Amino acid sequence: MTSIKTPSTERPTPPDSTPTAALHSGTNDLRALVLNNLRQSGIYVALVVIVALFAVLTDGVLLSPGNITNIVLQYSYILVLAIGMVILIIGGHIDLSVGSVVALTGAVSAVLVIQQGHPWWIGVVAALVVGVAVGAWHGFWVAYAGIPAFIVTLAGMLLFRGLTLRVLDNISLSPFPSEYQQVAAGFLNGLLGGQGFDAFTLLIGAIAVAGYAVSGFRTRVARIRYQQPVESFPLFVARVVLVGAVLMYFAWQLAHARGLPIVLIILAVLVLVYGLLTRRTVFGRQVYAIGGNLSAAALSGVKVRTVNFWMFVNMGFLAAVAGVIYSSRSNGAQPAAGNMFELDAIAAAFIGGAAVTGGVGTVVGAMVGGLIMAVMSNGMQLMGIDQSTQSVVKGLVLLVAVAFDVYNKRRAGTAR
Amino acid sequence: MDDTILEMRRITKTFPGVTALEDVTLAVRRGEIHAICGENGAGKSTLMKVLSGVHPSGSYDGEILFDGKPMQFRGIRDSEANGIVIIHQELALVPYLSIAENIFLGNERRGRSGLIDWNFANAEAAKLLASVGLHENPVTPVIQLGVGKQQLVEIAKALSKKVRLLILDEPTAALNDIDSAHLLDLLRALKEQGITCIMISHKLNEITAIADSTTVIRDGRAVETLDMKSDDVNQQRIIRGMVGRDLDSFYPDRESSPGDEVLRIEDWTVRHPVQDRMVVEGVGLSVRAGEVVGIAGLMGAGRTELAMSVFGRSYGRDIRGRLFVHGREVQARTVAEAIDNGIAYVTEDRKRYGLNLIDDVRRNVSAAALDRLSRLGWVNGNEEIKVAEASRQEMNIRTPSVMAVVGKLSGGNQQKVVLSKWLFTDPDVLILDEPTRGIDVGAKYEIYTIINRLVAAGKAVIVISSELPELLGMCDRIYTLAAGRITGEMPVAEATQESLMELMTKDKELVG
Repeated sequence: MTSIKTPSTERPTPPDSTPTAALHSGTNDLRALVLNNLRQSGIYVALVVIVALFAVLTDGVLLSPGNITNIVLQYSYILVLAIGMVILIIGGHIDLSVGSVVALTGAVSAVLVIQQGHPWWIGVVAALVVGVAVGAWHGFWVAYAGIPAFIVTLAGMLLFRGLTLRVLDNISLSPFPSEYQQVAAGFLNGLLGGQGFDAFTLLIGAIAVAGYAVSGFRTRVARIRYQQPVESFPLFVARVVLVGAVLMYFAWQLAHARGLPIVLIILAVLVLVYGLLTRRTVFGRQVYAIGGNLSAAALSGVKVRTVNFWMFVNMGFLAAVAGVIYSSRSNGAQPAAGNMFELDAIAAAFIGGAAVTGGVGTVVGAMVGGLIMAVMSNGMQLMGIDQSTQSVVKGLVLLVAVAFDVYNKRRAGTAR
Repeated sequence: MDDTILEMRRITKTFPGVTALEDVTLAVRRGEIHAICGENGAGKSTLMKVLSGVHPSGSYDGEILFDGKPMQFRGIRDSEANGIVIIHQELALVPYLSIAENIFLGNERRGRSGLIDWNFANAEAAKLLASVGLHENPVTPVIQLGVGKQQLVEIAKALSKKVRLLILDEPTAALNDIDSAHLLDLLRALKEQGITCIMISHKLNEITAIADSTTVIRDGRAVETLDMKSDDVNQQRIIRGMVGRDLDSFYPDRESSPGDEVLRIEDWTVRHPVQDRMVVEGVGLSVRAGEVVGIAGLMGAGRTELAMSVFGRSYGRDIRGRLFVHGREVQARTVAEAIDNGIAYVTEDRKRYGLNLIDDVRRNVSAAALDRLSRLGWVNGNEEIKVAEASRQEMNIRTPSVMAVVGKLSGGNQQKVVLSKWLFTDPDVLILDEPTRGIDVGAKYEIYTIINRLVAAGKAVIVISSELPELLGMCDRIYTLAAGRITGEMPVAEATQESLMELMTKDKELVG
């Protein structure tokens, strides 16, 4: 009892002088900040190291404008799946069926648009409806029938793969009309012109940086008003400049290739929305509460079944979004589409710091985890490393990431 | 006759921050039934864990002599090899295995081929079952047996290990009257066969019926050993031993001025969630604004079950009875409805049921009333911090920041976080289940002060506690609960530890 220190009574400044306080107060203790966020910062560091490593190994090809665009196009649907997956994992569940659902939603869309000649948006809407229905099916069995998600979605994996084969009559369908292909292969380019680069992409990049800086500053002001510890102002500026530089470099490279991919806009919106959903809404809080301690959540009045149900509906919706992107990118529907996607999405969530026991994880973390996988795959492909080695390396990275997580938790002493 | 089979000498066992046993000496004569009794948390179970090697040699001070030889048990296997077998209160049978498989679990008899000879095992099991008076086929899965019969299987399992000293931890706590009587008969029969028996029990009528001697444990010390054959030993005498101490903590004073009735339950009946027995039967009680009402009862009396069934039916099934809040009958079918009706329940097991240990203080405090901090489903994070900060200061939660992870706080501070969480729901009645369990004296005093503040603010409080001095020090009125029934109700001025203990151990008298 006595070992717990009383709080450092560092009272920044009275509330009324917040604007100036935002410039002057805060801690400079970089070491403490880094240590406190080791879990999160660990994966950022890992991403930077891996990017640097492969940039060197591929003689800079990895960071070339064309390749960066490629990475975005190639892994966007895994990242979309990882958003839904990390939410399920935080809630203490899992979904093994998302690969099959990607295939099924793509197949439904292809049948309507390619075979029956409906307009492209009918295909998109139908895919989303099917995805939500699949999610409701899983949610019913997990939340109301009390069957573990592992079993329900394992069954779903077989079930929806089978339905895909039936819908497609076991053949591939191709091609989609050009509007549909735009979803995954389209770019916003030349809207504002530019000399050898796309000014619009740079503008969007600049807006993103400005948004990051403004929202960061507002959070900072609010925190100081509520007398919460914040980083020192120079440190804050350094962070904004660093993130801004990375974003602008990224935008610059895209602008020199084909412009702003439409799928990147979709992804950015999803990350923003789900980032807020998990951190700032009652629903998000209840997901963390259920995963952290199911009994305590239930005894705090959380409607556990309802929350579980909607988590799965949401996963179905995102699987359908991924299904549309994937079918658009592959320009058709194949019976074997989406095979093993679930494993990539699960790996992304765990590498991104989600805990196997539930209750821990972030959407942004899962995105970084997914990018680590993406950069590794892409880098190894560029180097011409064969599939078998790639698989071994990715397996080991997943294992090490989770081992690190378990070790961290044991050290934190929250034995449960 | 005065031949000692077991001697535990000067046993001292400490856990971090707590001394569970202090200088305990226990002598058991060969062939006797030796009862051990004491309040919850007195150290009975710890003593038996030391004896059976669950707490291995070296983790405690003192020595154990069995048959005159010093013993150093490193684990259960060591003690069982010497014929000491413990049967825990929570039965340790594997439900889907057969009786015979359970009896020989970990002790399988292999034939010459190295494989288990099931014909032999089943035949042996049948003999053992006959000796405990259980007429069941050895291949029957244990899950198909009632608790009473499972208890007999445990004893048969002990006999298969050539038991010489059998330890039973509250063997009849989960049994009905007929099964209990049968078990006591069996213990007498085993005694005839020369098996010594140590029995931990709360049921004083059983102890007086069957035990040859009784050792009373209180606050980690062996207070006295009574010879049950002498004339002046009766239930009252044992109770005096169990509670005989002064109020050893200080309870803050409080002006008592109860107002209108806030909560009343009538004829409340709850069935066990899986077993076919009543856990709470026909209970009625009430609490008024500005009043602290105590519920006294021993382990297994149905205290927590009663509280949780009232709190949104979070325990049991077939719950019947009427619930009134502010004189109006309400239906609280879910926890959310209970909270809406102004009921809060602070659990006895904060780590399992009260807190999200991997999350921070702030989010734990807001967890039960997020709707108060949110609009259209969006949580106002800054207001949340403000609320948590206010709780931290009001409750004096010692944490570096409200962003600190709850799992790292001490027990007392964790308890304050749980209390903060429920106070933030702005309840009219708080049910506090063992509010000071596992926290140190200083934090206890703080919790008592908080309770007094709540009552002064007009809240109604129900305190469930195993510590009689705590109930006597804090409550205005006390109900006693035994075997799921209210056995008494009295104003605190009329209550003593002895009178409460008598009502708490009042059970239907047993045959034999």
